[in-house]
Amino acid sequence: MTVRAAGLLASLVASAALVSCSSTIEVSVETPIQPKIDTSGFERVLVAGFVAGGSDDVDGNLETVRLLRSQLRTKSNLKVVEADVIPLADMLADQARAGGAAPPTIDPRTLPRQIKDEKDLEVYDPLFSNAAYWKKIGQEFQGPLIVTGSVLFTPNSSSGFVQKDREVIDQYGRRTVEPQRTYMERKGFVLRPKLVFIDGRTGAVIDTEVFREAVLYNQGQEVPALSSYFELMDRVIPAFLGTLASQKIRGTRVLLK
Amino acid sequence: MRKSLVFGVLVVALSAIPARAGGPRKEAQAQVQFGIDVAQKGLWKEALFRWEKAVELDPTYAAAFNDLAVAYEHEGVFDKARQAYTKALALEPNNISIKQNYDYFKELNDRASRRTTR
Repeated sequence: MTVRAAGLLASLVASAALVSCSSTIEVSVETPIQPKIDTSGFERVLVAGFVAGGSDDVDGNLETVRLLRSQLRTKSNLKVVEADVIPLADMLADQARAGGAAPPTIDPRTLPRQIKDEKDLEVYDPLFSNAAYWKKIGQEFQGPLIVTGSVLFTPNSSSGFVQKDREVIDQYGRRTVEPQRTYMERKGFVLRPKLVFIDGRTGAVIDTEVFREAVLYNQGQEVPALSSYFELMDRVIPAFLGTLASQKIRGTRVLLK
Repeated sequence: MRKSLVFGVLVVALSAIPARAGGPRKEAQAQVQFGIDVAQKGLWKEALFRWEKAVELDPTYAAAFNDLAVAYEHEGVFDKARQAYTKALALEPNNISIKQNYDYFKELNDRASRRTTR
């Protein structure tokens, strides 16, 4: 009797477990994230140029234009306009020297000789809201969506205690990992891209995205500035593309019965 | 003594099996099952239709609301997905699977809305 009852119980518990296990089904989902900007009115995109500053080792204007264009070529439906990169900062400086005032909102006397920090970049902000200037650029390329802005790529250093794992082997040959705090001087870079999206048909600013990414390397780790620039831009690119093109985020969810 | 022990264990074992209410719940369950079958084949629109029907048939069916929320997510309809998850959790606040799905959804939704002007 006891054996039979136990058998019955076991089978009941097993079937209950089976029912509860089979009542959840894991499925993979692809969630579409709509682009922040409605690009349906544009056929073309012009990555015009950037006001760049900071490290002399990287041409922030040229590299950013190249990178964004190549990303858009493969990951967006817009046709990328292949035009000369506009050296915005130099252009404004030349105009200031010549006494011209293309963007009338900028006082030529306030233009810095060299862009070193964010304060220097702020002087150029009125350029992006100069609708007449961007409309003129837009007319040259049949009213594309214009991507411009500023890029500040500056060296950065930090010192302090860093926690590292240290492998320890005791007298019996057993391995353990112990956290160890060591004082370190670390160097790296900070990237602050400000991406401005302009309607080339009207010259009006549609959207502005500001990012800040930083990286620090341990002592003895020699990383070229350009590599570091790309490492940091890699982090910005998904958000940039998400502004212009829809993305699909893959994940898993549980369906229930 | 033994009989009462066996009875007790039986009650516990049976309580692990989900209650199968008749009527609307049964019909809703059939819709949910069909939805799952088609969703696994990638036919998410059909699945969405089935799960919408299931919650209409039985508005107390948490699993149906959960599945509906997943389908809305898949379609990128975030507002409706949030509503369906909220309803599912209101019906079954301790359901770990629903909680987990909702957490993933919120993370994704935050990421989408984080892309704002900074």
